[in-house]
Amino acid sequence: MTKPKALFEYLIRHADDTMILGQRLSELCGHGPILEEDIALTNIALDLIGQATELYEYAAQVENKGRTANDLAFLRLEREYKNVLLVEQKNGDFGKTIVRQFLFDNFQLLNYTQLLNSSDAQISAIAEKSLKEVKYHLKHSSEWVIRLGDGTEESHQRVQESVDDLMRFVEELFFQNEVNELLQEDRLIGDCEEFKQQFYKNVNNVLTEATLTIPEIKYHQKGGRKGIHSEHMGFLLAEMQYMQRTYPGMEW
Amino acid sequence: MKEVNISDLERKFEERIAAEIRIEPNDWMPENYRKTLIRQISQHAHSEIVGQLPEGNWVTRAPNLRRKAVLLAKIQDEAGHGLYLYSAVETLGADREETIDDLHTGKAKYSSIFNYPTLTWADIGMVGWLVDGAAIMNQVPLCRTSYGPYARAMVRVCKEESFHQRQGFEIVTTLAQGTAEQKAMAQDALNRWWWPALMMFGPSDAESKHTEQSMRWKIKRHTNDELRQMFVNATVPQAELIGLKVPDDNLTYNEEKGGYDFSDIDWDEFWQVVNGHGICNKERIEARKKAKEEGIWVREAALAYAEKRAARRKQAS
Repeated sequence: MTKPKALFEYLIRHADDTMILGQRLSELCGHGPILEEDIALTNIALDLIGQATELYEYAAQVENKGRTANDLAFLRLEREYKNVLLVEQKNGDFGKTIVRQFLFDNFQLLNYTQLLNSSDAQISAIAEKSLKEVKYHLKHSSEWVIRLGDGTEESHQRVQESVDDLMRFVEELFFQNEVNELLQEDRLIGDCEEFKQQFYKNVNNVLTEATLTIPEIKYHQKGGRKGIHSEHMGFLLAEMQYMQRTYPGMEW
Repeated sequence: MKEVNISDLERKFEERIAAEIRIEPNDWMPENYRKTLIRQISQHAHSEIVGQLPEGNWVTRAPNLRRKAVLLAKIQDEAGHGLYLYSAVETLGADREETIDDLHTGKAKYSSIFNYPTLTWADIGMVGWLVDGAAIMNQVPLCRTSYGPYARAMVRVCKEESFHQRQGFEIVTTLAQGTAEQKAMAQDALNRWWWPALMMFGPSDAESKHTEQSMRWKIKRHTNDELRQMFVNATVPQAELIGLKVPDDNLTYNEEKGGYDFSDIDWDEFWQVVNGHGICNKERIEARKKAKEEGIWVREAALAYAEKRAARRKQAS
C-alpha cells in the first residue's frame, strides 16, 4: 500500500464515522424529548456533518482522481464505507442516543488531541477546529449520562441497558492495521493504543458518577473498518443517497 | 373605588399604546390584551416547532453536504425561535407545558401550511422561499408590535428568517436553472405551494375576527389582506426572474393600485385544513405528542437528578 492510499483510507474512516453519526442524529430533528435537546442534537449533527465535509474534501484531494467530497459522501457502495459499527446503530430511546454519543465523543476527544501533533498541517488544522466542538459534545453527553444514570429507577435501568448493549462496539474504535502503521512512520497520525487506557478511565469515571457499570464484554463486534456493516447500514444509505442515486450527475 | 382604578389603568394603557410606548411584562394590561397575545405568540411558537417536521422529512435525504448542513442549521434556528417565543409567552404568566398541551389537544392552532406534505427536494426550496417569505411579511411589522418581549424576539427571528428565505430562493433558482427534470420539479412544487402560502395570511379582512381589536392595540400593524397583497407583489417578480409560472391564470398587474390582481383563494380548503383535516394534521400532532410522551422518563430523570444534587449540596454545607 502506498502512503497516499493509506492517508485516503484513514481520512475516509473518520469522515464516514462523523457523516454516519450526523445522519443518525439528523433523523431526530423535531422529535427530541425536550425543545432544548432538539436544538442540541441538531447542533451536534451539524458539527459532525461539518467535520465530515472537511475530511472528505481532504480525502478527495489526496485521492486526486476527480472525485469530489460529495461523490465520496453519497456515491460509494456500502462495502466502501469504513465507519465503525457504533455510529450506524439506531437511535433507540434518548438514553441510547446519548450513550452512543458519549462513547464516540470520548474517542474523538482523545483522537483529535493526538492529531494536533500531526506532521500533516491539514490534519492538525482539522483536529484543532473539531476539538473545540467535541469538547462541547462530550460535556453535553457526559452530563446527560450522569442525569439519566443517577436520575430515576427507570432512567437508570434504561441507560444501563444501552451501555450494556453498546459497549461491544467500543473496541472497534481502536482498530489499527497497516494503514495506521504506514502513517505513523511519518507521524501523520499517532498510535491510538497510547490513549486507550485513558479512554476507558474517562468513560469509567463518568459512568461511576452516573452509578452505572461497564459490563464485561466477551465478544467485541468489529467489521465496519473493513466495510462489513450491520443490517441497519443499507437502509441508512438508501435514504442518505436517495437524491444522488435517483438523479445522477445533477447540481443541487 | 376598584372600578375607578381599573378605568384609570385602562386609560393609562391606551395612552401608552397611542404614544407608541412598549408594554412590558410588569405593566398593567387588559385581560383580553394578555389573552390575545398568549394566543398569538403561542400559536407562533407552535408553528416554529411543528415547522421542523416537514423539513426534517428531507434533512436525511438532502442532496449534498452543503444542503444538509444548511438545512440542519435552519431547523436548529426554528427550534430556537420556538424557545424564545415560549419564553415570551411565559412573561405573560402562561405556563410553557400547558401551552404545549393545548397544541396537542387541538385547542391551540399552528400555521396550517405545515399540514401540507414536503414531497420532493424542491418543496424544501418552496418552504424557504414562499413559507418563510410569507412569514417575514407577517413578522417584520411585529418587530414594532406593542408588547416589548414579543417585539424584541421578532427582531432576532426576522434576521434569521430573512436568511432562510434567501436560501430557499437559492435552492429554487438552482433547480430552475438546472436540467429539465429539475425545472419540472421546481414548477410542480410551486404549483402545490403557491395557494397554501397565500392562505398563510389568514382569512380575508371581512372574515377575520381578531384583526380589528389587534390593530387597535397595535399588536398587528397591517390587515391580512394587506399583507397578502404585499407578498404577491414581492414574490411574482421573483418567480418571473427565474422562469417559473405562478399557478394563477388571472394574475395581472393593476397599474391603478400598483399591485397584482389575483384569483380568489379556495376558502373551503383553507377552513378544512385549519379545522384539522389537511393531509398531515394528524401526523404532525401525533409526532409532537410522541416526542413528549417518549420524553417523559427523560424529563423525570433530569428533575430527580437536580433534586438529588441540591439535597447533596445542602447536606455538604
